[in-house]
Amino acid sequence: MKPARFTYHDPVSRDEALALLTSYADDAKILAGGQSLIPLLNMRLAQPAHLVDINHLTELAYIHEEKGGIAIGALARHRDAEHSAIVRRLCPLLAEAMPLVGHAPIRSRGTICGSLAHADPTAELPAVLLALGGHVYAESHEGTRTIAAENFFISELQTTLHSTELLTGVWFPAAPAHTGAAFLEICRRHGDFALVGVAAQITLAEDQHIAEAHLALVGVAPTPLRDIHSEELLRGELPETGIFREVAARIMSMLRPGSDIHASAEYRRSVAGVLVERALSLASERARQSIEGEEKKR
Amino acid sequence: MSMATRTFGMPVARKEDPRFLTGSATYIDDIDLPAMQHAAILRSPYAHARIRSIDTSKAAALQGVSLVLTYRDLVATGIAAQPLPLLIPHPALTHPHTAYALAKGTVRYVGEAVAMVVATDRYIAEDALELIEVDYEPLPVVSPRELDSVVRPETPQIYADTPNNIAAHLVQQVGDVDAAFAQAAHVFRRRVTIERSASLPMETRGVVARFDAFERILTVWDSTQGPISIRNGLAVLFGLPVDKVRVTTPDIGGGFGVKIMLFYSEEVLVPLAAMKLGCPVKWIEDRREHMLASNHERGQLHDISVAMDEDGHILGLRDIFWHDTGAYCPYGIIVPQITSCQLPGPYKLPTYYSDATVVYTNRTPVSPYRGAGRPQGVFAMERILDYAADQLDIDRAEIRSRNFIQPEEFPYDVGLVFQDGLPTCYDSGNYPACLERLLEMIDYDHFPEQQQQARAEGRYLGLGLGCYVEGTGIGPYEGAHILIDNQGEVHVATGVSTQGQGHPTTFAQIAADILQVPLEKVHVTTGDTQRFQWGAGTYASRALVVAGNATALAAQAVKEKALKIAAYALEVSPEDLELVDGRVCVKGAPSRGLSLAALSIISNPIRYAYGAKAADLPASLPPREPPLPPGEEPGLEAVRYFSPPHATFANGMHAAIIEVDVQTGIVKIRKYVAVHDCGRLVNPQVVEGQIYGGVAQGIGGSFYEQFVYDENGQLLNANYLDFLIPYATEVPHMEVDHIETPSPINPLGIKGAGEAGCIPVPALMAAALEDALRPFGARVDQMPLTPTAIMQLITGKQNTSAQ
Amino acid sequence: MSIHDEHAVHPAEKREIRVRVNGVERTAQVEARWLLSDVLRHEWHLTGTHVGCEHGVCGACTVLFNGAPVRSCLMFAIQADGGELLTVEGLAQSDGTLHPIQQALHIYHGLQCGYCTPGFLMNIYAFLQEQPPANLSDDEIREALSGNLCRCTGYQGIVEAVRHLLQERASNKIQATQAVATEEV
Repeated sequence: MKPARFTYHDPVSRDEALALLTSYADDAKILAGGQSLIPLLNMRLAQPAHLVDINHLTELAYIHEEKGGIAIGALARHRDAEHSAIVRRLCPLLAEAMPLVGHAPIRSRGTICGSLAHADPTAELPAVLLALGGHVYAESHEGTRTIAAENFFISELQTTLHSTELLTGVWFPAAPAHTGAAFLEICRRHGDFALVGVAAQITLAEDQHIAEAHLALVGVAPTPLRDIHSEELLRGELPETGIFREVAARIMSMLRPGSDIHASAEYRRSVAGVLVERALSLASERARQSIEGEEKKR
Repeated sequence: MSMATRTFGMPVARKEDPRFLTGSATYIDDIDLPAMQHAAILRSPYAHARIRSIDTSKAAALQGVSLVLTYRDLVATGIAAQPLPLLIPHPALTHPHTAYALAKGTVRYVGEAVAMVVATDRYIAEDALELIEVDYEPLPVVSPRELDSVVRPETPQIYADTPNNIAAHLVQQVGDVDAAFAQAAHVFRRRVTIERSASLPMETRGVVARFDAFERILTVWDSTQGPISIRNGLAVLFGLPVDKVRVTTPDIGGGFGVKIMLFYSEEVLVPLAAMKLGCPVKWIEDRREHMLASNHERGQLHDISVAMDEDGHILGLRDIFWHDTGAYCPYGIIVPQITSCQLPGPYKLPTYYSDATVVYTNRTPVSPYRGAGRPQGVFAMERILDYAADQLDIDRAEIRSRNFIQPEEFPYDVGLVFQDGLPTCYDSGNYPACLERLLEMIDYDHFPEQQQQARAEGRYLGLGLGCYVEGTGIGPYEGAHILIDNQGEVHVATGVSTQGQGHPTTFAQIAADILQVPLEKVHVTTGDTQRFQWGAGTYASRALVVAGNATALAAQAVKEKALKIAAYALEVSPEDLELVDGRVCVKGAPSRGLSLAALSIISNPIRYAYGAKAADLPASLPPREPPLPPGEEPGLEAVRYFSPPHATFANGMHAAIIEVDVQTGIVKIRKYVAVHDCGRLVNPQVVEGQIYGGVAQGIGGSFYEQFVYDENGQLLNANYLDFLIPYATEVPHMEVDHIETPSPINPLGIKGAGEAGCIPVPALMAAALEDALRPFGARVDQMPLTPTAIMQLITGKQNTSAQ
Repeated sequence: MSIHDEHAVHPAEKREIRVRVNGVERTAQVEARWLLSDVLRHEWHLTGTHVGCEHGVCGACTVLFNGAPVRSCLMFAIQADGGELLTVEGLAQSDGTLHPIQQALHIYHGLQCGYCTPGFLMNIYAFLQEQPPANLSDDEIREALSGNLCRCTGYQGIVEAVRHLLQERASNKIQATQAVATEEV
């Protein structure tokens, strides 16, 4: 399984990369980690005339605190985020998701932004971005667009990125104090793409009621799904089975998942409900533990 | 007093490991010859179509392309224009069909070879494939959901001369099963299915060929389990004398049955291309090709009924089944024949009726995959026994126990004809002891309590067990050549090939033991027709049994010759001599002796003795007239063959405890145990390794591995993202114990172990699932099961959407 | 046509790459589409790295690139230019002494056909580099090993080998990783 021919470009500057994308647009594909693209090339399911390898743009390999959140550049690898103290401290939901992304060798090369741009409906990172309401930066010769998560994912493997644009970075909001996060997914094998996955983050107020909730699902639609109304339902409630079940039921009633050889629509729907309950419960428990941890320090 | 060398039966670490560990093994794709070119195969994208035309001109014109072949070229060459051979004909196989090396006018499965390109590298060869223009006219496709629908009149017919797509109808019976059913107190019936999967070794197939036009010698390296058969077949096909064709197996990255064929198309096309081009040609299969075009197995549907008395004793068994052979039947009906013979397992069936309909479908052809029809038969048998146990309220282990063939009843003739054409006659075994040990290992008596406690906590545990008997070590024969050289090194050669089963170590253990030399001094070569050229191949759990025994016989013969030569040189009688620690010496006077190296030198009475050990020789030897006595041959070597009277029957019993998450249908295996009887063990570590590997494949066949075809015959999961093979996280820790009932029909008393591990797994996993989900009234009739299917057992809702 | 095309590598053109492989600098003229696995095996004749699927699932092609485990079938060789590779050929000492990871697989019968073995060795090497705790559970060891397929061993011997390595390291009998052997070209 060898790739078809292409013209290979490895620009050394952002400008050069953008110029290439402007020139070749739909005839070009961007190569960052390559963990999603190269299998497609090897199987000749994709045969771009031009490949723009951005791996020399090392200035984009950053992970740093910025504007109340974390800014991650296009060349930051999954592995970097997995081991990042900043991610662990500021963005527990992202930290929870990272070990679930494929296996270690995939994480060595694959990039956060690459995963977002690829937009696989069962991928974890799009769900994290959507749940937290982050945004991405799309750069072209015309300038930079900031695209909010809810406006980024259109359909399976489709985003609002133009073919002349490079995703240069992503921003995840930082979690407030007293926050717990959980990413639960059902896979047939460890490290596989999920059949269904749920990203949940709960922030508790001083009185133990839910101050803030974030919830998104994968594997149940062509894009990750976030239900703001469910999050609103949770706000102000005590984190208990009753409300979790109510949210799960509401979400299940909204879902119209697809069927494939790995799971039926009905399976995805009902397991989504199960995982929503479990994830909300786990996230709440972790939020509670973070409060207790603080109290112990005092 | 020195200790005699003893390696037989020891868990010796493998001699061959270093080159595999350091990356210096040589697999087929590691072979690099000067001026070598690379082949790629164009494969049909249609499951059934007529080829109206093929235009290869653009492909041939691509820079770097040396050759493009279609069927027309085979006709022009006069080589391989006939269908590929049918292995193992059988009277019941009334409508056999095999493929052409390149499709002749019609393609009958997605992946069938249509054309071949040879180019300077594989990248270019694949570019050229895309330039070949084939005009296909699609034809109706046979790709059923339920296998028995294939024979219905409304189903399209794949072959004009094959009504109802029936390749064969095989009936075997013992006694009057109708009478048994008529008189029985109870009759139980189930309809069960095992789905299609495949061997899928880590290494795909590959062939390298080189033709020396001057010497007219064809050399082929082939990742095959049967090099001698390939050699013989190629000699006939190319009209070459047998000694002008050499087939060597490189190191092989797993076989499991899929690498034994005569022939896969490429095994013919690559040598042909090498001859036409005058340069070496290499073809390496990629993974996608492997999944489409290397043989599959397992797909069967059984309608099984058992007649029992009040106490659960089997009075009769009737099994009607359908076997999917795919588009062709290159391997005859071996697989369903084995299913039919091995379904009875360790149980006494006073009457038995087995009716197999072998059907064609527009899918990849079928040939044996580890287990070779036994997993399907065992699945059917174990399911019906579990069902009967449930209905009669008899403990599942107890109902099996009541029906076991007892130790004193061996040899036990089942009354059927086995795959070797000989009676299915169990030679030895101790099924009650096996079960007792199994129940002990799984802590069977305490499980109900464990299960109840778990249920109280909202957790669902289940226990399943499965029993099987496996005919191994079939003939016709294998041979071994042993030569001891002037350095005292022992060279063993045999015709079977190796794909990881440890032959270089286990055969060496056998020889080392008899010849009393350290293991390091024994060097085993397998699978090279230049070194050994009579034999059948590595399959059917036979290599160690048959070639191992041949090795023992050859070693014994060499030992006897050594004693004879020593007797002559030392001027004593052979009875006064013994072989200890690589030396033949006088009993009671060990200083009077000769090393095997010295004896090797003496065995060749030429004027000049050479080799470092020549210095060890006595100053003079007794004179002999003639120097080489009549009837004797020079050299300390022997060739011996072993031809078993029939199969030797190993057996095993496995059990597992699983936990099912009833909200997600996800299964975790909490405990896995196996008791295995393969007679005497040459190397327990190697045997256990075989079992662990087999069990992992069995787990694959229980929860993960299933080829999914749509109604157009398109294989929907021809890649490793969609066809799931278990990682380490999906396979549990396993405990294995052994029972040894030696085989009385071969000198070493050994039985085969290569396939054992995978055979009972789907059966016991189905049982464990039913046991765990008993509160939901679940019945498991099909394997493998996805989480979706398991959830349906729990919710009771059948899935109507595409699955 | 972009002005940048002069730096581009057009189909059938080649670029010279320099990579430090097992401590030795190697060069090759590569087409851009040539996979790293193919260049390792067929240009540099380091055939210890094996190809099992060419879509990143089986792990047989795993090597270390700049110290991290990667699938060599999911990298173009041209992307390795200027970098550092460790392959299975770099594990044993030049006198043939096996690396402790190799020795452990040998003792615990963690290989049969050997085809997946180099991938496992490199994955385990990378894993041990992370300094995992010695008392990992069976599940945790299996998680570390997931991502590499084996069809022969049922993983049992491999898991036992890793457990042994963790225990040996804990008792300081071996270093987590040994120095990379310099290899004769």
